[in-house]
Amino acid sequence: MNLPEDLKYTKEHEWIKLHDDNTATVGITDFAQSELGELVYVEIDTIGESIAIDEVFGTVEAVKTTSDLFMPLSGKILEFNPKLDENEEDNPGLINEDPYGDGWIVKIEISDASQVEALLSAADYGALIG
Amino acid sequence: MTKKTPLYQTHVDLQAKMVDFAGYDMPVQYTSIKEEHAAVRNNMGLFDVSHMGEFRVEGPEALRFLQSVTTNDLSTIVIGQAQYSCIPNDAGGIVDDLIIYRLAEAAYLLVVNASNIEKDYNWIAARNQYDATLTNVSDQYGLLALQGPNALAFIDGLSDLDLSGLAYYHFRVGDLFGLSDIIISATGYTGSGGVELYIPSDSLVGVWNHLLEEGKAHGLSPVGLGARDTLRLEMGYCLYGNDIDDTTSPIDAGLSWITKLSKTENFPSKDLFITQKEAGVKRRLCAIQVEDRRVPRHGYQIFSEDSQLIGQVTSGTLSPTLEVPIGLGYIDAPYHKKGTAVLIDTGRKKLKAQVVKAPFVKVN
Repeated sequence: MNLPEDLKYTKEHEWIKLHDDNTATVGITDFAQSELGELVYVEIDTIGESIAIDEVFGTVEAVKTTSDLFMPLSGKILEFNPKLDENEEDNPGLINEDPYGDGWIVKIEISDASQVEALLSAADYGALIG
Repeated sequence: MTKKTPLYQTHVDLQAKMVDFAGYDMPVQYTSIKEEHAAVRNNMGLFDVSHMGEFRVEGPEALRFLQSVTTNDLSTIVIGQAQYSCIPNDAGGIVDDLIIYRLAEAAYLLVVNASNIEKDYNWIAARNQYDATLTNVSDQYGLLALQGPNALAFIDGLSDLDLSGLAYYHFRVGDLFGLSDIIISATGYTGSGGVELYIPSDSLVGVWNHLLEEGKAHGLSPVGLGARDTLRLEMGYCLYGNDIDDTTSPIDAGLSWITKLSKTENFPSKDLFITQKEAGVKRRLCAIQVEDRRVPRHGYQIFSEDSQLIGQVTSGTLSPTLEVPIGLGYIDAPYHKKGTAVLIDTGRKKLKAQVVKAPFVKVN
């Protein structure tokens, strides 16, 4: 499994790329996209909203299953990847093809930086998924 | 611990994604559910469905015995013909749905769902008061489904049997790849035509490899259970454990056509089904098309436009052919009627949907 060292992870199979300006990019891991199979739709109906850690901020639909997306950190949803957005490019398959790159899902503004410490390292997450 | 079919290692070598299905480690997809689905709709595909169970029922009273435990009228089929039927319980529910093959004058093969093999065997055996023997031969048979519009012509070209005129729900028994007594039946769970092949377990890997080798030039590829589910759902076929179970009536499930209340033999819950039929529809398993991009899933509640709880989703997927979400679900009368607008609750939002006529996809 591909687990970039420069990212943080959650047990809900999300990755977080922390930026210097107190924002972060969030997506789902290579393991998650592989387990879900072909993604057919991403719904983010929380743009502009402030959402607490572990609360649902959106949903991904695969052919076989539906999975909610959980906030890895408390914060505000700043942007939804236009390449996934049904009103823009509408290409959810990018999550399967490039989960850590073009398949990123949202950008968030972090409201409580102390929560970052509890995120998993690549090694910790790798151990979790075996 | 999960069970394995004789093709387990073959699937792993083909880099299939394996999942636990009904206690068996089975391939859910080899490359892509969408691609495998399209292959079956447009050409053909090969499935390992050896997890399915098989029982033999033989003896002078085999027919009477089977008539007493199943809802369809088995007296109407001849040797070489098969029939879809169901095993009712005493509480108006369904023990299992199955296909029964008439192999000889007094010999039948029952094909049951993998998850129900033990339950079915015990249920049927406990009701055998007849001069007939019931044998669980599940481990002796492997089952391959070769499905798609080009499947019958392909297998006809490989077999010494003349299969060109093989009608739906009929079968022939003969030689294939040097093996004798192979059952080739015009049955399946995809709606796209083709055959199912009953093969001795110890010859299964050889037949699978031979079919894929011969089929290479015809674009034959393996297909997993993921596409099997999307294919059956597009046709509106029931899946045991999702759409029908021990608590659902075959009348409510739209299986009246295999529940022959006029047949002379009694079977469990027959009087109850007659009462249900006379009382009219209380609820019905309906085909539902969603107008949103979100997919209906098993367990989602269904509401009327005026917010009354009227039912529950039992199966759902994105239709690869139509590229819209579709599903099946029980809906109370009178909301079960075609064209009724309903709302499906995902837990976070209510999806606009409509009751439609099955099948979702018309296949030639």
